Amino acid sequence: MNHYHFPDRKGRFEIFGGKFVPETLMPALKELEEAYLEAKEDKNFQKELTKYLTDYAGRPTPLYFAERLTKSLGKAKIYLKREDLAHTGAHKINNTLGQVLLAKRMGKSRIIAETGAGQHGVATATAAAAFGLPCEVYMGEEDIQRQQLNVFRMELLGTRVIPVSSGSRTLKDAINETIRDWVTNVRTTYYVLGSVVGPHPYPMMVRDFQLVIGEETKEQILTKEKRLPHYLLACVGGGSNSLGLFYPFLEDDVQLIGVEAGGLGLSGDKHGATLARGSVGVLHGAKSYLLQDENGQISSTHSVAPGLDYPGVGPEHSYLKKSGRAKYFTVTDKEALEAFQALSELEGITPALESAHAIAYLKKLIPKLDKDKIVIVNLSGRGDKDVEQVAQILSRKA
Amino acid sequence: MNRIEKRFEELKKQGKKAFIPFITAGDPDLVKTKALVLELEKRGADIIELGIPFSDPIAEGPVIQRSSQRALEGETSSLKILNLVKEMRQETEIPLVLMGYYNPIFKFGERKFIEKTSRAGVDGLIIVDLPPEEAHFLLKEAEKNNLDIIFLLTPVSSEERIKLVCENSRGFIYCVAYTGITGDEKRKDKNLKDLVAEVHSLTSTPVGIGFGISSPLAAKKAASLAEIVIVGSAIVKKIEKYKANKNLVKEVGAFAESLIRTVKK
Repeated sequence: MNHYHFPDRKGRFEIFGGKFVPETLMPALKELEEAYLEAKEDKNFQKELTKYLTDYAGRPTPLYFAERLTKSLGKAKIYLKREDLAHTGAHKINNTLGQVLLAKRMGKSRIIAETGAGQHGVATATAAAAFGLPCEVYMGEEDIQRQQLNVFRMELLGTRVIPVSSGSRTLKDAINETIRDWVTNVRTTYYVLGSVVGPHPYPMMVRDFQLVIGEETKEQILTKEKRLPHYLLACVGGGSNSLGLFYPFLEDDVQLIGVEAGGLGLSGDKHGATLARGSVGVLHGAKSYLLQDENGQISSTHSVAPGLDYPGVGPEHSYLKKSGRAKYFTVTDKEALEAFQALSELEGITPALESAHAIAYLKKLIPKLDKDKIVIVNLSGRGDKDVEQVAQILSRKA
Repeated sequence: MNRIEKRFEELKKQGKKAFIPFITAGDPDLVKTKALVLELEKRGADIIELGIPFSDPIAEGPVIQRSSQRALEGETSSLKILNLVKEMRQETEIPLVLMGYYNPIFKFGERKFIEKTSRAGVDGLIIVDLPPEEAHFLLKEAEKNNLDIIFLLTPVSSEERIKLVCENSRGFIYCVAYTGITGDEKRKDKNLKDLVAEVHSLTSTPVGIGFGISSPLAAKKAASLAEIVIVGSAIVKKIEKYKANKNLVKEVGAFAESLIRTVKK
């Protein structure tokens, strides 16, 4: 990276980002930023993190040439970055190992986290178990309903799952409640935030822990194809898997495409298309695009994928959209469900409903491309957690 | 001199402490909000803090969360609150402080919001999730419009932050009694006394203590430490209890008076 230098010292990505939090959290954010920057430069910390990413989480994850999927669409070559094969079944573990290791280094005695789909909750519970720290995870009641398997997994890992019944009872409200816990127990507790959202330094730190995805991808595609890809595709809720993939390619001649939740379609309000339909505002500590009404009240969102069911998005994505460096499109629930089934049948890989959004966008992108083009999709998680919900949806239709 | 400054000047002469009740504008509706403000003034409140409801109030406990929810269900908006203030200014000169979250103000347009707020007759503004570092533009606009921006301090604020807030806060300084959300009666923080003492050593701006003060005894204790006692959740709880009762205004007024009496002693 030569030119790209965000965030600045105040945690800004141009106009986005910053620290919009109650006073109680300001000292904690400063402490966190200092500890993180110190750990980042510390070879021993990096060595230990690499050891855990390799021996415990199973990195590097493969870059897989999806031959049957490529043939079925008949054009550009499609590769899948297999984050679904990382321990716990999603990219979330990259970030939670980094943050829990940092929490331990900072001497914190308790871990808290929010979760939407449950993947970040499971990944946090896993890291907390691996390092022997007590852990509590806030989860919206609506999400608890639709992600029972992940609730049980967290409990199995020794984590207490706390249901959140306020607001829309999804990810947004789980974050509110985790922040309230953190404000209360700030001296002893470390908040493992799961995406590139929230106040500085979280968007930067989570991106840094996730960019291993893009770094590996770059090395792997250069080995396999001796050239860079033309397109990178990933789903965007808060935006951690997409930013992790995109970041090492920001200064390369590669097109970056983020896919948001189109829900039941963009004409109503049943979607999570923050970048496509949102306006600038401040939520959960950062300035970014938001889904909100004309009075600045935050909108309820909808997506079949709980991890994309969020009215905000990371400040860095907001910047990448505004600057035009990345493009953002949407895919509906229906298209995502079709992709969920299609990838299972064609490749024997069941994607998470979140990742299925990125897969679904291939149908729109690939017909426009020549055969010599290369497209890489981040398969950010596996779909085991969604099987029961999808079975219910499909049987309702049948 | 604005209304807040004037009020503190008077209190200083009388050697009395100040009492600030908090209520959410629009809970249970804006007509009752006006009646509550006038009643609280009659019972001896010195300044009224009016909450602007927000969908995601991350620093509030369950009582004020529910209160904001009720206000939003009644479609309370910033504009309607400012119109209410304008209307109330026909009848009262009690200092009014709005308390809210940043996004509704940002969405309204910061400059426009400050101008309209000041013109409507509001005297001060507390924005829970806007620390001084992010408030440069707002502070400039507020100064132009003679509106006080009030910042908060907590028992974990560093020396550096205490200085920063003392330099920037106008009207008064809001010291949060413990690390936590509003309305938690059981929490106590041993550092509160030190915090207030440190603020007093740095500035002559009056200091208020808020969060978790729910009884006359707790109010009395807070009054022994600082110039201002701020009570929110305990009052809002009464509003919740009597929201459908014709005695709402009287009941809330009587409860506030029981606190005011101990503060003014």
